[in-house]
Amino acid sequence: MKRVYVKEEWCLGCHLCEYNCAFANSGLKDMAFALKGKPIFPRIHVEGDGRITFAVSCRHCEDPLCLKSCIAGAIYLDGGVVRIRRQKCVGCLTCVLVCPYGALAPAEDGIMQKCELCLENACGAPACVTGCPNRAIVYEEEGAGT
Amino acid sequence: MKKYVILGNGVAAAACIEGIRTVDEKGEITVVSAENRPVYSRPLISYLLEGKTDLPRMQYRPADFYERNGVRVLYGKFAQGIDPATHTVRLDDRTVLLYDRLCVATGSRSFVPPFEGLDRVRRKYTFMSLDDALALDSEIKKDSRVLIVGAGLIGLKCAEGIRDRVGSITVCDLADRVLSSILDADCAAMVQRHLEENGLSFLLGDTVERFEDGTARMKSGREVPFDVLVLAVGVRANSEMVRDAGGRVNRGIVIGEKAETSLADVYAAGDCAEGFDASLGAGRVLAILPNAYMQGYTAGVNMAGGDTGYTSGIAMNSIGFFGLHMMTAGVYEGEMLEEREENAIRRFFIRDGFLKGFILIGGTDRAGIYTSLIRDRIPLSELDFDRAKKVASNLIFSQQMRRKKFGGVVKYADSGK
Repeated sequence: MKRVYVKEEWCLGCHLCEYNCAFANSGLKDMAFALKGKPIFPRIHVEGDGRITFAVSCRHCEDPLCLKSCIAGAIYLDGGVVRIRRQKCVGCLTCVLVCPYGALAPAEDGIMQKCELCLENACGAPACVTGCPNRAIVYEEEGAGT
Repeated sequence: MKKYVILGNGVAAAACIEGIRTVDEKGEITVVSAENRPVYSRPLISYLLEGKTDLPRMQYRPADFYERNGVRVLYGKFAQGIDPATHTVRLDDRTVLLYDRLCVATGSRSFVPPFEGLDRVRRKYTFMSLDDALALDSEIKKDSRVLIVGAGLIGLKCAEGIRDRVGSITVCDLADRVLSSILDADCAAMVQRHLEENGLSFLLGDTVERFEDGTARMKSGREVPFDVLVLAVGVRANSEMVRDAGGRVNRGIVIGEKAETSLADVYAAGDCAEGFDASLGAGRVLAILPNAYMQGYTAGVNMAGGDTGYTSGIAMNSIGFFGLHMMTAGVYEGEMLEEREENAIRRFFIRDGFLKGFILIGGTDRAGIYTSLIRDRIPLSELDFDRAKKVASNLIFSQQMRRKKFGGVVKYADSGK
């Protein structure tokens, strides 16, 4: 299965992936209208210290701890993609407590959202990848680029 | 064809089914369900009272779960005894079920102390099952004075769930602080203040001496008149059936890393079981949903002939009350590192070079990184932990570790195997 991988030596720390993610999942057509002047709640985030930067998003584990730990049974596997039924989530954040990658964060309403690889939104392929100016984020089979 | 019997129909049972089916697609699975309903999420009952979820959304798995997995569910039935010699389970209706592998996932029950006068209290409720919640739901009124005995997770979650629907809530506990099972004194004081600001009253270090004429007479001499009583003192593992069959039982049914009991071909999982706590380094009943799933799944895989172990269970909780969120994990032993901000506190407990536990109140972003350090027993000497004292970050890992972690390692299996 193809997944999103990050090459931290190529990451510029520009945070464009966060904006592209928030836009892709906004369901809106105009990026400025969707994001300008608003706090954004992307499903990918950039960590770093100015010297090292890298983006983190869901690893789509084969055996996901978030799924096994979800107190609402809201997280499920769909053809290898770890997805969430947001209407079932009560925002307890147990998934945040168990994800070893620190990859999960709630949406503005306190309810969880997560990277679903843009497969269901208008983008159709991960927006963080297509929008990365330095190809620091790739979407490929495991080990394809190494 | 193998015959599997699962006693109980909660999350551990659902996980057991899912575990079995990863190995054996055909074996015959029978679930004995005391409750007359498919598996639902018990920790959501307070959210139900609060109006944040409803019965359909509380279903833990889709409606076709049993059918799709080829599971026969016997609703409204209780197991009454296990005979390990004949590999049979006897039910309350005298049905006898034959098993090749058995999973005991009978959960726990509310512990109700023998308070004097309790039998004459008309409106009294425990708060564990959906039936409990629905009964309480139908009883509370805008002006109800509610007394909750027990300031633990169950009692306080109940309080949050009903606060906007009742007149007043008083919570008493024999312990001198709230959430004594997961918070130390300072953190508990901080949370208590927040709860009081949100309308709860507390009587701590105090207990009911007797109930009399709609009033709780407390040991301290205080009197608390009430209309509705909620008993949330604690829970007890439903482990008797295994004990009676000759199996090893402490606080719960003792299980090994494969979720096996001391009885051949009998496994146990969830709140009734006492498995290994990786942070404590000893057996412990970990009555939390993630643990129920992990044990149930582990049992299922092994029952079906697979081979998997679960050795990374730890106590952990992610829970919020009236907008204040907290996460806790592990044990609070060793040296303490602390970071304080206004309305936030972070405490890390470090012993022998390992993170053993933490308490986070307020900021909880990416806390799973900390949890993984406890669960996977990663030596702090390999990390730059100082960079994560204010907020969890993958910067604590070396570039090499990060590459390994993010560069395609996607199977996050239990570290014990």
